[in-house]
Amino acid sequence: MTENQAEWPLYEVFIRSKRGLNHVHVGSLHAPDAELALRHARDVYTRRNEGVSIWVVPSADITASSPQEKDPLFAPSGDKVYRHPTFYDIPSNVPHM
Amino acid sequence: MQVDEAPLEKAFDATIGAGDRIEPRDWMPEKYRQTLIRQVAQHAHSEIIGMQPEGNWITRAPSLRRKAVLLAKVQDEAGHGLYLYSATETLGVSRDELTRRLIEGKQKYSSIFNYPTLTYADVGSIGWLVDGAAICNQVPLCRTSYGPYGRAMIRICKEESFHQRQGYELLMTMMRGTDEQRAMVQESVNRFWWPALMMFGPPDGDSPNTAQSMEWGIKRHTNDELRQRFVDMSVPQAEALGVTFPDPELQWNEERGSYDFGEPDWDEFWQVVKGNGPCNTQRIAHRKAAYDDGAWVREAALAFAAKARADEND
Repeated sequence: MTENQAEWPLYEVFIRSKRGLNHVHVGSLHAPDAELALRHARDVYTRRNEGVSIWVVPSADITASSPQEKDPLFAPSGDKVYRHPTFYDIPSNVPHM
Repeated sequence: MQVDEAPLEKAFDATIGAGDRIEPRDWMPEKYRQTLIRQVAQHAHSEIIGMQPEGNWITRAPSLRRKAVLLAKVQDEAGHGLYLYSATETLGVSRDELTRRLIEGKQKYSSIFNYPTLTYADVGSIGWLVDGAAICNQVPLCRTSYGPYGRAMIRICKEESFHQRQGYELLMTMMRGTDEQRAMVQESVNRFWWPALMMFGPPDGDSPNTAQSMEWGIKRHTNDELRQRFVDMSVPQAEALGVTFPDPELQWNEERGSYDFGEPDWDEFWQVVKGNGPCNTQRIAHRKAAYDDGAWVREAALAFAAKARADEND
């Protein structure tokens, strides 16, 4: 087999399963360019009407938070309990709240 | 820089202990990574090689309906292989490397695909028994500890049910046919029963990786547990179909609430695993030819994409 030829780049695939829902990550695939990535995504990830819309993104273009820094990164939301509705005591006789 | 792995390993163990999933960017013990690469790649290769025994019959399907079904099924196997390759790549190994390891015989695939498909009834037997055994193996893997593997398995399990049902329906149709067709079904089941039992791997006593894999939550049940489950599921299905399994020791055990069954020929199993099955050479040669013959397409597509990018930048 041919040695060391360049591999097709990796794309991450996101599918909107139906109108009204977000695109959700479903997996990845290799394709030479974005247009073919879309076509491959249709064949690989939507053989049974799993989607009404597909996004493909080059995997190399994704910036992700690192699991090692999760404590400092997510700590600011950990001590802001007042962002949650249950922080506030409302008497039980107040309706629709 | 020397990293102290002790706290990392502790966090890893805590995640596994809590029944939580490990995700690609998490620290993981090197042996966990290597075990997963071996298992998920082997699984991916099985799907890809698994296209061949059935693909063999696409041009000779007996009707347009059967042909459409078989095409869809073989296309699913390709899809399953791609989901699993995608999961394997998150462990830091490239697709080209995986293909190379398969073609060079450095990674294995399920030994079942080294058996030939001699009659059209084999398409039915594979759907019913081989995919049935695969479902037994795969359903618990939906809860495996490595996130991308579990997610791939969920997608696959949803689609396997079609595979098993089309196979069983095919056999039911033949059983309603002539004596010759019924004999063809029985002969096919006779050939596939024991290899299907071998799909669960060697007996627990000879499966050195099982204990560690279960501790890590990669595997959820032992080989023998899953094999027993498969036998118990299959016997009533065989009765409904009107065929028998080629095992004189197969009988209901009231005490255990399970079927007793005979021992598969483990010498045959190890021979096939070591590459001496009926079709090992042919399967790998075919895969290699497909890869080599497709090289110009991969190269042309890359060249076309590069040119399109260059034109855009002009």
